[in-house]
Amino acid sequence: MLDHAIPEDLVTVEGLTMHFPIHAGVFRRRVGAVRAVDGVSFSIARGETLGLVGESGCGKSTVGRALLRLCEPTAGRVVIDGEDVTTLDAARLRAKRPAMQMVFQDPQASLNPRMTLKQIIAEPLNVHTGWDTDRKLARVRELMEAVGLDRRFVNRFPHEFSGGQRQRVGIARALALNPKFVVCDEPIAALDVSIQAQIVNLLEDLQERSGLTYLFISHDLSMVRHIADRVAVMYLGRIAELSPREALFARPLHPYAEALLSAVPRADPSRAAGRRRIVLKGDVPSAARMPPGCNFSTRCPRAFDRCRTEIPRLAEVEPGRQVACHLFDPTKPAAG
Amino acid sequence: MQQGGDIGATRPVLDVRRLKTVFNLGSAEVHAVNDVSFHVRRGELLGVVGESGSGKSVTMMSLVGLLASPPAEVRGGEVLLDGIDILKLTPRALSDIRGARIGFVFQDPMTSLNPVLTVGDQLAEPLIRHKGMDRRRAAARAVELLEMVGIPDARARMSGYPHQFSGGMRQRVMIAIALACEPDLLIADEPTTALDVTIQAQIIDLMQDLRQKLGMAVIWITHDLGVVAEIADRVMVMYGGQVVEEAPVRDLFAAPRHPYTRALLRTVPALDGARLHRLNTIEGQPPILFEAPGACSFRHRCDHADAQCACVNPDCCKVAAARDATDDPKSGHFVACHHVPALPGAEARAVAVDA
Repeated sequence: MLDHAIPEDLVTVEGLTMHFPIHAGVFRRRVGAVRAVDGVSFSIARGETLGLVGESGCGKSTVGRALLRLCEPTAGRVVIDGEDVTTLDAARLRAKRPAMQMVFQDPQASLNPRMTLKQIIAEPLNVHTGWDTDRKLARVRELMEAVGLDRRFVNRFPHEFSGGQRQRVGIARALALNPKFVVCDEPIAALDVSIQAQIVNLLEDLQERSGLTYLFISHDLSMVRHIADRVAVMYLGRIAELSPREALFARPLHPYAEALLSAVPRADPSRAAGRRRIVLKGDVPSAARMPPGCNFSTRCPRAFDRCRTEIPRLAEVEPGRQVACHLFDPTKPAAG
Repeated sequence: MQQGGDIGATRPVLDVRRLKTVFNLGSAEVHAVNDVSFHVRRGELLGVVGESGSGKSVTMMSLVGLLASPPAEVRGGEVLLDGIDILKLTPRALSDIRGARIGFVFQDPMTSLNPVLTVGDQLAEPLIRHKGMDRRRAAARAVELLEMVGIPDARARMSGYPHQFSGGMRQRVMIAIALACEPDLLIADEPTTALDVTIQAQIIDLMQDLRQKLGMAVIWITHDLGVVAEIADRVMVMYGGQVVEEAPVRDLFAAPRHPYTRALLRTVPALDGARLHRLNTIEGQPPILFEAPGACSFRHRCDHADAQCACVNPDCCKVAAARDATDDPKSGHFVACHHVPALPGAEARAVAVDA
């Protein structure tokens, strides 16, 4: 299915791999690699939101950065709107940048404290357009209005704003060049609960208005259930399950997806007592020393012999649902 | 909840009355904690919920003198630990209580552990200082503690440094240190916020297990309503440096009464059940507390606010008995709002859950 990119997909990722080399010794010889992302494939349709969830260190942010070529992937193809961004030279990549943008986690760290809102939001316009000052200012005001910031604040500095408002500035900057594809990397993780909902509603409004396509990276599963159409669950550099939102949350198939969902505390004490919670044993192995076979086999409550020797492929097991687990291998009867 | 039955009658381990903390910044004052009163009983887990700046951490830090002073100043109130007001103690006496009778677990174990001391040394330190153990006995006890919090191969890990432990394991070490002297009270400030959910589930299980085994009181500060729903016996909701609602956990989630609590519970999307088209929000921002509150601090974001809310700060009053009724006058459902009787739906929702 992934071999022939369907035209309505805006983003197609095939075999994306990102290994960070480990050097040691006097001659800094390469002795191994941190396999942050290990052969990840998925596609995102135009106007769709793909949720990418997983725990810290699973490689979800690296996927987001590699997609926009903020880091150079080791292998794989990333086709965005018909162009493979991994092979573009510097000039063509620069021309491609307006179409693909990013919203970062920490609005405090991603905004220059010495620049005013006007300078911050206009920066992409300075780089990518030849517009005059008036036209840029008009666009900045328009963007501030679109993200719910009072346009009178154009000459203020980031520290004068709250976390939620700063994230609105980050979103305005990302939208300045009318991108088609936006990677949102934990955009609400640094915000308070009552402010998170405001930002998520804003992202949804903007998507509806401008037909944006999102990759929404988050560890907050209930927020991902709200915003995403389909959800990819990552574990240790690989996708464990990729399913439509409702199907995944109603009945996760991969044992890791199941454990992850069951571990999320529910705000309902009357049901907390009776709920079955799968508490995984141990820690996530290091991405520098991946276990052979399935990378979840060291913690999986349902692992059997084959899991420890053979890497399971991500395969469609039900219409629209892809799972990388030997329990669901369509070619052989399920063991276990 | 499950522990609710037999703790009702016991005397509070900690009883805080009208605590007031102010940060004096020279040109301005920030009234971070305003007349906060609460208590926690032996074996009980009190969940403290609030957003950043609500005063939940500052409250707990000021009652044991952990805030730098200046700028922090405790302006009033009593903190009774087993009947003795610890605010009146000398710094030296208070420092004897910290670690020995009150243990702490903070959010980020990497910044609260000493990176240049081995885990074994850090565990032995409170045992030598507070319990007067010699090195050998302290080391033996440290191994036991590491085993108790579920660190595999405890004897070998004693000589390890904090950076050699994963985030979840470091938090286990922090818990072991906090429990080393078998405190009467454990204060845990966002202990699982920096951890992944599958590791958070492990730590929650561990804490529940240890609490039952050791019978200590726990104050668990968090912004995560889900965590509170799973672990707390009683919940206190803070906003603008004040307690706005306090109730047994089931009562609070079944029939929240303060407009802030109700709004907060509505903003969190569900993991199951119907999915909303749009998330509910609380418009506006939390207040910055430049003066002592003379009015309800939630009034600018509240649908029910009227003239009274703008001139009188509501007291936290008992509005209903706890539903698993104990005759303890300190238990029940407390709310600081002028409009509680008039709030629509509070009773209706309570009835629906009962039925």
